[in-house]
Amino acid sequence: MNLLWEWLADPNNWSGPEGVWTRLVEHLSYSLVTLVIAALVGIPLGLWIGHTGRGRLTVVNLVNGMRSVPTLGLLFVAVLVVGPLLAGDVAFLGPAIFVLVILAIPPILAGAYAGVEGVDPGVRDGARGMGMGELQVLTKVEIPVALPLIFSGLRSAALQVVATATIAASVSVGGLGRFLIDGQAYRDYGEMAAGALLVALLAVCVDLVFAAVQRLVVSPGLAAPNDSLRWRAAPQSVPTTT
Amino acid sequence: MNWFLGHLDEVGSLMATHAVLASAPLLAGLLLAIPLGWLARRYRVLRTPLIVGTGLLYTIPSLALFILMPLVLGTGILDPLNVVVALTVYTVALLVRTVSDGLASVPEDVLQAASAMGIGRVSRFFKVELPLAVPVISAGLRVAAVSNVSIVSVAALLGIAQLGSLFTDGFARNYLDPIVVGILACIALALVFDLLIVALTKVATPWLRVGSPA
Repeated sequence: MNLLWEWLADPNNWSGPEGVWTRLVEHLSYSLVTLVIAALVGIPLGLWIGHTGRGRLTVVNLVNGMRSVPTLGLLFVAVLVVGPLLAGDVAFLGPAIFVLVILAIPPILAGAYAGVEGVDPGVRDGARGMGMGELQVLTKVEIPVALPLIFSGLRSAALQVVATATIAASVSVGGLGRFLIDGQAYRDYGEMAAGALLVALLAVCVDLVFAAVQRLVVSPGLAAPNDSLRWRAAPQSVPTTT
Repeated sequence: MNWFLGHLDEVGSLMATHAVLASAPLLAGLLLAIPLGWLARRYRVLRTPLIVGTGLLYTIPSLALFILMPLVLGTGILDPLNVVVALTVYTVALLVRTVSDGLASVPEDVLQAASAMGIGRVSRFFKVELPLAVPVISAGLRVAAVSNVSIVSVAALLGIAQLGSLFTDGFARNYLDPIVVGILACIALALVFDLLIVALTKVATPWLRVGSPA
């Protein structure tokens, strides 16, 4: 325990190109880039599947199947196979981001799909009856109603990405995971534990930020009275961790 | 393939360790989650703190939790107990909500019928509520089992031997074969766990097999 506080109390560990702040920015930027790419792929695809009902079985199997693939193995394979094709730092960062994106897509896809799929058919028919076109039904009715689940998908994905980005330090990329991996290499438990604590705090903060944004964005008509609906819908987007 | 055939013993023993490290937390987690889930269901006030609290624990990345465990348990960093306890935490986090949802899925009239037949509170829980909640709990258990198998492999980064060691060894030697074998072995193990839980659920819920949709 003392080693942990000593490490955290040393200002040298916080500043400079290998300090906590730099690593934190690295960690957040990997995570953000990953999440944006994964959302650009996963949300439209999920909305389309939910709206048309095509390929729903594929989504369910994909999400369940991906859960059984060990992240660490996937990461190493990507670096060994894709890495040599790239030069410099990108040789590690490229494959790492690729794996992060692959892991982030299923929960996002599942959230968007389950959200649209769960829209009350009566509501959808009502929108059509009012003369809305398919695109309007999607953007004005289905997406707003699906927002809670779209967000819970993004939230799961974000946690998964923050966690996997930590492990990615084992393939020589930056981020807070460096402290865990380097501390292990130097037999410095203080550094490891401090890094682990910072990663845990980061994950909790990310979760809380997503929870807060979700509250702000979701229509109050959906959020307030119907708590039971949220719980019932939840198993569709079971959180993932790594 | 040749690599695999030449290292059957090694892969087998790593797989056995892996299976223990992934399944022990599953059982421990289930045993802990049943009373906690019951509390969350029975007392509304406790529901939010229990589910939010365990949910926050669930957000902690596994590598970080493995490393922090010695501070809580007083173990060494290489102690497999760290992995077992950390995964138990995840399993409980996942299952508290599932158990509570499962108990909530038992129809009220069934409970009233059971009480009217004179069954006591405790035996009503074990003979009626819990068995009827099995399908929901089993769904959560499957998710926990499969993700446990995957998460255990991360512990290889700390030097705790199991199938994940094939990843770290292969990576250190720039050698793909052991990594691929390790991935396939992990997936196979996850599949076995999954099928086992499905089979046990079938045995535990004979009424679902007679054709009445539930």
